[in-house]
Amino acid sequence: MSAVEILQAFAPELVLFLGALVLLALDMAWRRLGEGKEATILSLAVAFVILSLLLLLGFGKASALPIWGMLASDQFAFFFKGLALIGTGLVLLSSYRYLEGHTPYRGEFYAFLLLVTLAIMLVVGAVNLLMLYLAFEFLSLTSYILVGYLREEGKSSEAAIKYFLYGVTASAMMLYGISLLYGVTGTLDLVKIGPALASSGAGSWLAFPAIVLLLAGFGFKIALVPFHQWSPDTYEGAPTPVTAFLSVGPKAAGFAVLARVFITALSRFQPEWVSVLAGISMVTMTLGNLVALRQENIKRMLAYSSIAHAGYILIGLVCLVSGVTSNFTGLNGVLIYLLAYLFTNLGAFAVVIAVERATGSNRIADYAGLVKREPLLAGAMIVFLLSLIGIPGTGGFVGKFFVFGAAIQVQFYVLALVGVINSVISAFYYLNVVRHMFFLRGEEKPIAVELTLKWVIVASLIAVFVIGLYPHPFISLGTKAVQILGVAF
Amino acid sequence: MVPLSWYLLVAAALFCIGLYGVLARRNAIGILMGVELMLNAVNLNLVAFWRYVNPSDLSGLVFAIFVIAVAAAEAAVGLAIIISIYRNRDTVNVEEVDLMRG
Repeated sequence: MSAVEILQAFAPELVLFLGALVLLALDMAWRRLGEGKEATILSLAVAFVILSLLLLLGFGKASALPIWGMLASDQFAFFFKGLALIGTGLVLLSSYRYLEGHTPYRGEFYAFLLLVTLAIMLVVGAVNLLMLYLAFEFLSLTSYILVGYLREEGKSSEAAIKYFLYGVTASAMMLYGISLLYGVTGTLDLVKIGPALASSGAGSWLAFPAIVLLLAGFGFKIALVPFHQWSPDTYEGAPTPVTAFLSVGPKAAGFAVLARVFITALSRFQPEWVSVLAGISMVTMTLGNLVALRQENIKRMLAYSSIAHAGYILIGLVCLVSGVTSNFTGLNGVLIYLLAYLFTNLGAFAVVIAVERATGSNRIADYAGLVKREPLLAGAMIVFLLSLIGIPGTGGFVGKFFVFGAAIQVQFYVLALVGVINSVISAFYYLNVVRHMFFLRGEEKPIAVELTLKWVIVASLIAVFVIGLYPHPFISLGTKAVQILGVAF
Repeated sequence: MVPLSWYLLVAAALFCIGLYGVLARRNAIGILMGVELMLNAVNLNLVAFWRYVNPSDLSGLVFAIFVIAVAAAEAAVGLAIIISIYRNRDTVNVEEVDLMRG
């Protein structure tokens, strides 16, 4: 592969990296010039994200070969890179002026958001365990910094330390799993690990502890039970735009890595890890939903709901179908669900940010009478909550349809049944917010919503409806993206 | 020559000691030290496997060097977070860091 080809395939990442450096430099230079430059820094950050997205669309699928045997730029990575960039764009816009009054250092925040996106783009393309570990650690470190960004505030520091201590332990366990896998196969290349495992004789039992240890690392990022304990506290204490990002970005990256490693490298042990993941999936969605029922803080509620959604998404990975002729390959459900969940959750969090900025509170009780204060917020929130439940016509329904459909296709009826029952349970706590917004009386002072937040809310609304009512392009995109992995088993 | 399994046993023991430290210690710095032990166990594993399984391919050795570098970065970020929690709460005992519950 020539240098030009490598540059082309790597251009989206390079642009993001340069962008982060430029923003850091500008922030340093302008700190002495006083405040009021935040809008410029934000628009620059958004411009870099859009440029990166355009480069991705132009060159993203330029090469089938992994760069230096480390980073693939295949369809699968392409899908997740696009997902991460779109998510970052929305999070950048919704964090405009959020930090005002919290901290004087605001420029770096946008630079770190670009860096964490860069990390996700590296994670989803990694096809070598060394690259995978480095990208994963890059993602973790930048996330810790973002979570603890408001270092003067106790809650933010507490969120960061909990995230950090769980995170380093999980990554050390993952690393031990990687070292065992390396010991059995003698290679770090994901594509070579599969055949090497098949030919390794007595030592192949070591793959079982390796699978469990790897699952600890990946499950931490996705917030699967029992590796989820950090997530409610971290989601509650982190700055709200960061919470919004954590609930979609690293989660999507975790699923991408989980799918790529388990399908390309560990396909020989598919019956074993499928049964483990099926159990984890059921426990995850049930626990997430049951604990979400009694939450009074909306960020905590959305944290538990995002744990539950991780459980639903995992169904798609459990119910893999290798036939390419079918519409339900399981894995394409994972991708479609993540896409719909991205817009739904970022939209919901944009509403949460708007309310938090006006009232200074995240309590669900303070959403009382929201429809009188700002009908756009209440109306948009109801759509996002319905999409989270999975009502037909919204994006959330399409996602659920594809993962539950895959479960029925492989005759895993129990899993589909548990998923449907959980969706019904989840309606209780989502509709509780609707009850507060529409039927309870509260304060009546109108809420002023920042223009950029309005854009995010409207864009997410449109995306949720488009995915819900006209899903074909997204389905074919997701189905095409998983074919690269489909050939492996 | 010392058999491979001896190295692996030492590494496994080190990993378990580190994990015990993470689970049992209440001081955030102590937990961080436990994690460092776990990472060192991984390094032992990687280098031993490299030497005994596939010495012509340097990837295991290189991996160990990267782990050392990343552990340093991790410690830097971690200590910064621990300092910020100490400034806010005057403690590094994780049991007393409990603004959020439920």
